[in-house]
Amino acid sequence: MKESVARFWREIPQRYNIIGNKCTVCGRVFFPPRESCPYCRRKSLGKMQKIQLSGKGKIVTYTIIHSATEDFEDQVPYPIAIVELDEGPRITAQIVDCKPEDVKIDMRVESTFRKIRQDGSTGAIYYGYKFRPMR
Amino acid sequence: MEDIGIVSYGGYIPRLRITAKEIASIWGKDGERMSSGLGVYEKSVPSIDQDTATISVEAARAALRRTNINPLDIEAIFIGSESHPYAVKPTGTIVGEAIGATPDLMIADYEFACKAGTAAIQNCVALVKAGYIRYGLAIGADTAQAAPGDALEYTAAAGGAAFIIGKEDVIASINYTYSYATDTPDFWRRAERKYPSHGGRFTGTPAYFKHITSCAKGLLEKAGTKPEDYDYAIFHQPNGKFPKKVAKILGFTSEQIKQGLLVPFIGNTYSGSSLVGLASVLDVAKPGDRIFLVSYGSGAGSDGFDITVTDNIMKLNRENAPSMKEMIDDKEYISYGIYAKYTDLLYWE
Repeated sequence: MKESVARFWREIPQRYNIIGNKCTVCGRVFFPPRESCPYCRRKSLGKMQKIQLSGKGKIVTYTIIHSATEDFEDQVPYPIAIVELDEGPRITAQIVDCKPEDVKIDMRVESTFRKIRQDGSTGAIYYGYKFRPMR
Repeated sequence: MEDIGIVSYGGYIPRLRITAKEIASIWGKDGERMSSGLGVYEKSVPSIDQDTATISVEAARAALRRTNINPLDIEAIFIGSESHPYAVKPTGTIVGEAIGATPDLMIADYEFACKAGTAAIQNCVALVKAGYIRYGLAIGADTAQAAPGDALEYTAAAGGAAFIIGKEDVIASINYTYSYATDTPDFWRRAERKYPSHGGRFTGTPAYFKHITSCAKGLLEKAGTKPEDYDYAIFHQPNGKFPKKVAKILGFTSEQIKQGLLVPFIGNTYSGSSLVGLASVLDVAKPGDRIFLVSYGSGAGSDGFDITVTDNIMKLNRENAPSMKEMIDDKEYISYGIYAKYTDLLYWE
């Protein structure tokens, strides 16, 4: 499936560098960044601050994908996990650099820069974060 | 003389390995003979989601983790590789964005077979010296290609190293640099071809050995030094034999080249080859150590560097990123089948 290059381009700060934002009223951190804080609502307008997340966190839960979409068929079986970052937000990401059976709940992980997918052999290549066990 | 040189460094080697023995078993060759003939036991293989851009980003981030340099002060990024993911569209912009160095900087991708990374270092040094930039980031990285069954298949590997060049808190001064180049068609890849071609034995005497020895001699003359003045020597390492032989011809000992000789365990990382060796030397270097490095790029040319490690290396947070040895030891072996799948040897419509 072909992805919109413009849509991907808009998300580069999040995909490459895990840049989220923080509500300076209540201190909650969001990823992906939000226009306003869902807790502080209008009080947070104009008070959301961009922050670079550490890319370190732990696995909350995971699953092993055996039947993947076309773009990921050549990688099965592979783990997908919900990772809780040290700053609070939870994100879904592929776990790499280990065997699927080595993935455990509560395992410490860190982000790594990988190729996520490409539009065939002639289209654009999309990069972004995946996570690996922390060493 | 103004002190210009390496301010920080970082390397990256993918985790996957395939042994020369495994490759030999597919092509009906004697694995142990191939291994001892080439001086390479195993090579690193990029995972299916790794390429020159991802390796460059990992190496650059490792270099940044070791210092407090603001990425926005990096005003040039040059990446040398013969496996840039795109034929047209720079790898450097991907790296620049991923380390937070954009948009006030100059970026260009370099190509000169296996010496494009050292050319990137020379250009960063020149720009710092001229006062055009505060810091420059020079990277040599590759996911080397080799045709199935070709002799290169035993060595063509993946990896790279990144060097931040500047004149503040220099950890390793680049005292002199010297280059030597001629038109020698020993190895090439034509446009739109997947795999490189080479002149077999022609890649030796008139190519690798002539250019490295000429460059090394020119550099020793320029620096006014002798081989015994150096603690470490690094030569481009297409296999385990050539760098040992060239060291001997030039009068360097096996002890001087040992720390920088990674090819037996990871293979030839092409544009990263001599530079991962330099990263490995910087992992253990002490103030005052003198390093001699000569790269080689087919086609053909060599860049030489006379480097002195400064007291600042003790202030660099080397432990903030894994050493080359740690990355070499952290590995997972794969079969030829998985290797074929991951390196795109299989085609289907």
